[in-house]
Amino acid sequence: MNPLLFLLIIPLLTIVGIAMVNDLAKVRWVSAIGMSAQLLISFVLLYLFYQQRSSGNTDDMLFVSTATWYESFNIQLKFGVDGISISMILLTSIVTFSGMFVSWQVEFLRKEFFISLIILAGGVFGFFISLDLFTMFLFYEMAVIPMYLLIGIWGSGPKEYSAMKLTLMLMGGSALLLVGLLGIYFNSAPEGGKLTFDLTEIAKVHIPLSAQLFFFPFTFIGFGVLGALFPFHTWSPDGHASAPTAVSMLHAGVLMKLGGYGCFRVAMYLLPEAAHSLAWIFIILTTISVVYGAFGAIWQKDLKYINAYSSVSHCGLVLFALLMMNETATTGAILQMISHGLMTALFFALIGMIYGRTHTRMINEMGGLMKVIPFLSVVYVIAGLASLGLPGLSGFVAEMTIFVGSFQHTDTFHRVATILACSSIVITAVYILRVVGILLLGPIKNNHYLELQDAQWFEKLSGVTLVVSIAIIGMSPFWLSSLIREPLNQMINHLTN
Amino acid sequence: MDFSYTILILLLPVALFFIIGLLGSKMNPKVSGMIGTSGLFIITLLSYVTAFNYFTHRTGEVFQSIEVFQFVWLPFTDRLVIHLGILLDPLSVMMLVVITTVSLMVHIYSLGYMKGEVGFARYYAFLSFFTFSMLGLVVATNIFQMYIFWELVGVSSYLLIGFYYERPSAVAAAKKAFIVTRFADLGFLIGILLLSFYTNTFDFIALTDLNGPAIAQSSGVVFLGMSVTTWAMLLIFMGGAGKSAMFPLHIWLPDAMEGPTPVSALIHAATMVVAGVYLVARLFPIYHFSAPGALEVIAYIGSFTSLFAAVIACTQLDIKRVLAYSTLSQIGYMMVALGVSGYGSEAGLGYMASLFHLFTHAFFKALLFLGAGSVIHAVHSNLMTEMGGLRKHMPITHITFLVACLTISGIPPLSGFFSKDEILVAAFEHHKLIFAVQWIVAGITAFYMFRLYFTIFWNSNPQYNHVPHESPPTMTIPLVILALASVFSGFVPFHDLVTSDGRALITEFHWIVAIPSVLVGMVGISFAAVLYYKKNSKPETVAKGLKAFYTMAYQKFYIDEVYLFVTHKVIFQFISRPIAWFDRHIVDGAMNLIGNTTVFFSGSIKKMQSGQMQEYIWYFTSGVLLLTLLIFYLN
Repeated sequence: MNPLLFLLIIPLLTIVGIAMVNDLAKVRWVSAIGMSAQLLISFVLLYLFYQQRSSGNTDDMLFVSTATWYESFNIQLKFGVDGISISMILLTSIVTFSGMFVSWQVEFLRKEFFISLIILAGGVFGFFISLDLFTMFLFYEMAVIPMYLLIGIWGSGPKEYSAMKLTLMLMGGSALLLVGLLGIYFNSAPEGGKLTFDLTEIAKVHIPLSAQLFFFPFTFIGFGVLGALFPFHTWSPDGHASAPTAVSMLHAGVLMKLGGYGCFRVAMYLLPEAAHSLAWIFIILTTISVVYGAFGAIWQKDLKYINAYSSVSHCGLVLFALLMMNETATTGAILQMISHGLMTALFFALIGMIYGRTHTRMINEMGGLMKVIPFLSVVYVIAGLASLGLPGLSGFVAEMTIFVGSFQHTDTFHRVATILACSSIVITAVYILRVVGILLLGPIKNNHYLELQDAQWFEKLSGVTLVVSIAIIGMSPFWLSSLIREPLNQMINHLTN
Repeated sequence: MDFSYTILILLLPVALFFIIGLLGSKMNPKVSGMIGTSGLFIITLLSYVTAFNYFTHRTGEVFQSIEVFQFVWLPFTDRLVIHLGILLDPLSVMMLVVITTVSLMVHIYSLGYMKGEVGFARYYAFLSFFTFSMLGLVVATNIFQMYIFWELVGVSSYLLIGFYYERPSAVAAAKKAFIVTRFADLGFLIGILLLSFYTNTFDFIALTDLNGPAIAQSSGVVFLGMSVTTWAMLLIFMGGAGKSAMFPLHIWLPDAMEGPTPVSALIHAATMVVAGVYLVARLFPIYHFSAPGALEVIAYIGSFTSLFAAVIACTQLDIKRVLAYSTLSQIGYMMVALGVSGYGSEAGLGYMASLFHLFTHAFFKALLFLGAGSVIHAVHSNLMTEMGGLRKHMPITHITFLVACLTISGIPPLSGFFSKDEILVAAFEHHKLIFAVQWIVAGITAFYMFRLYFTIFWNSNPQYNHVPHESPPTMTIPLVILALASVFSGFVPFHDLVTSDGRALITEFHWIVAIPSVLVGMVGISFAAVLYYKKNSKPETVAKGLKAFYTMAYQKFYIDEVYLFVTHKVIFQFISRPIAWFDRHIVDGAMNLIGNTTVFFSGSIKKMQSGQMQEYIWYFTSGVLLLTLLIFYLN
């Protein structure tokens, strides 16, 4: 049996399990077991992948299995993975695992909460293993829609407004995306023959340039909305601010990566010529994202807003690097997706834990937390250091790969864009250290804080999982970088020829 | 010769960091201090063994660079690969000795100085982490490895400056230090990107190879009238200037004195702040052959910084700040020496002198800081106005501090005399104006150091709350050891060991430079003695006489205010705030506008769905009528 199917079956079984359990206390244990199994299966998958490669299997995609779904439109259920998708799957299962433990104390409609969360995660897993544009789109929607419920029901603050805004903007993106995907579909057989949604098949044909130029912006922006492309990023601050902790984690940590992944695998890979001729527009937009997001973060006072703007900046860097269209920069982009996913999930987890104790997210209302909740504070500092690109943590590896890769372009336009993007490392340091200084250090502002409890076991488990992942990537990046790089040679050749 | 054991020099401190960092809270503080100190003692021994083996086993006349080991850490492209490894050459071996020696002294000293502090274990964990980063920096085999450790050194400096994290001033100082050096590192990074792009390598041996891609086969690409190599080297120097606190990136160093005093001695006097000098020395052949313009800039910046800082040092009242400005000034000397140096044999005198001064300075400046720490420990104040007459209470601190003051003033036969003299000779042969400036700075140095000395140990006896007493042996023993090092390190045959091309060079004694330089030192000391030996009104008279200038120097020439203006006014108020506003009101406003428009239209249209049959029939018939008319019209 194809091991990829487990990635869908396990969430399904977990949902059934949760639905069947009557005792609310057991719900979270069922979900925890399910997500631990999912984490385990992801690593097994990595192992099997290496095994296949070392036994000499050089196919682009491994574990491919196909089933016809809807014959007359030639829609298939087609699954398969390469190094890039495997690394995204690992990211997803790590973030879901720790998101599960962060939500340990959700009381309100616990059952429904966990079910929605797992549907969301299942959608993401499905997206990353799909090789058929239609199924990909289906899973994409499957991940976006539970988000509406999760924010609208379990959120805080102006949750209805935020949920609506986030969903509508992402749906707007989906509408663009659908046009783009259909455009690709109807041009997938320019010399006659059967139209197809199959990603690997479409890559083999040459879509007419005029069609490429027309549909590339739809596809790229459609995915880009999810990847917080300027100026379509404003759902992010409001959405995150209202979302419950685990949802913020999954959303910023994983769902936003769907955007970058789709931009690369669908928009750029299938429409390479258009990508080349239109890249400059998007390089300008993403450079703006990178710098603008960082400056935007400096002024914020709400922890979640700071992290949301920081995500705009970091995810901007992902798209920026993809548009450089060379092996090194693209490796950097994927590394940045993983690194940002782990980092930002950690940030949101910590923000949730701090909020749960102090009942505020305004940094100037807090202070001196290092003294009272040292564990959470130290982890926050580590997350901050990862975010500002300290060597030994994952951010550095990703950023440096991106910068060195982007610098391989010799023309002034790319050089200037790269140097502007580089400057974000200084601005990032400013806002991170500002938060650390105000929030964690200094004297204790509020005497009630002296009674705060430090992290409980499930919070520690969640935080430590993410910190360890960040540190492993940061200290020995070689394996991950070569895992990602392995399919890129062929893909970049396809892009540049 | 097998040097594979040198890997322990890196692995031990990182192991210490994890052991003390993770288990420190569960240990007795004393135990964690002892683990840290004894671990460092082993590392120091290993470094000495390495130095002995390296310097006694030269092949032929030249010291070879040895790459002890190196492995691939992260490949970027086919040729640009980050390796991690250990490179041994005279420069790195010398640095190993300096770093481990000072670090060990600081470890021992801190057992006494930090006794009873909250976070004692954390302090030792950070010290181990710093030592690890600094050692990794100096043994780096390639520029990217250096950059990695460069950043780690920066963060350990941040952590240690902010050690007293409940004090807002310490938090602010730590933040400032990190951000200023980060800004400089941006230049360093872009410089690395440029240099590596045109040379296709990060490796130091390939980069400094005289027939290699950076020097003989230099690309010749020109950008804005300067060769791209010059640009790259200037940008790289920007990183060095940030860490070494050269003007105008010096503003973080005086504030960094908020950290515990032993930390100031280790990081902000002896080791980390000379990383910039080390960086220039490491890439010296590229500077000399491919970017002479950049080298000239280094000389001017170094010279200006040394004068500028020395003038400020004369007016400050916080003893640690006086020492901080003195550090700036002395690093300026080292930069000058590199800037005026040539390459190979006797022409490379400046290079040798610079590193010689780095070597001796590390000992006497660490001694000064630890001495100051001992005084602060006894008096509980940083201000020299609250001190005086301490020679009777603290004899060991007094004598060792006097030795350090004499050393930095360049009085023979102490070590500072030899190293400073070589720098002055190199400057004299290269550039008379720079020589003149450095000669005057030598006088000013003697003046402000003895101003400090006389005010603390002589002068009048203020009312102490409790009688100051000599520090415990854990603190005085390092003082004595460092004092011995300050006295005798001038006799190390440095010109045989650490030179620009690895060959021994012959130095001559230049009476014409040595005599004036000693004289100017004596003059400085005499001035200080007249003004500060006994309490009198002369200092105020002098200050009043130079009122405007004195105020400017006392206010550090208002450079901090300029920075404050740029960061708070320009970046926060004029960039960040408008961006945040723009995002909320324009970008997001546009999105909300789309939403509101939709709501508005749907609101207008929905009224048509009224449920009243009459209205529907009315719409229906008028629709049919309109369509019929339209068809007739079109036909």
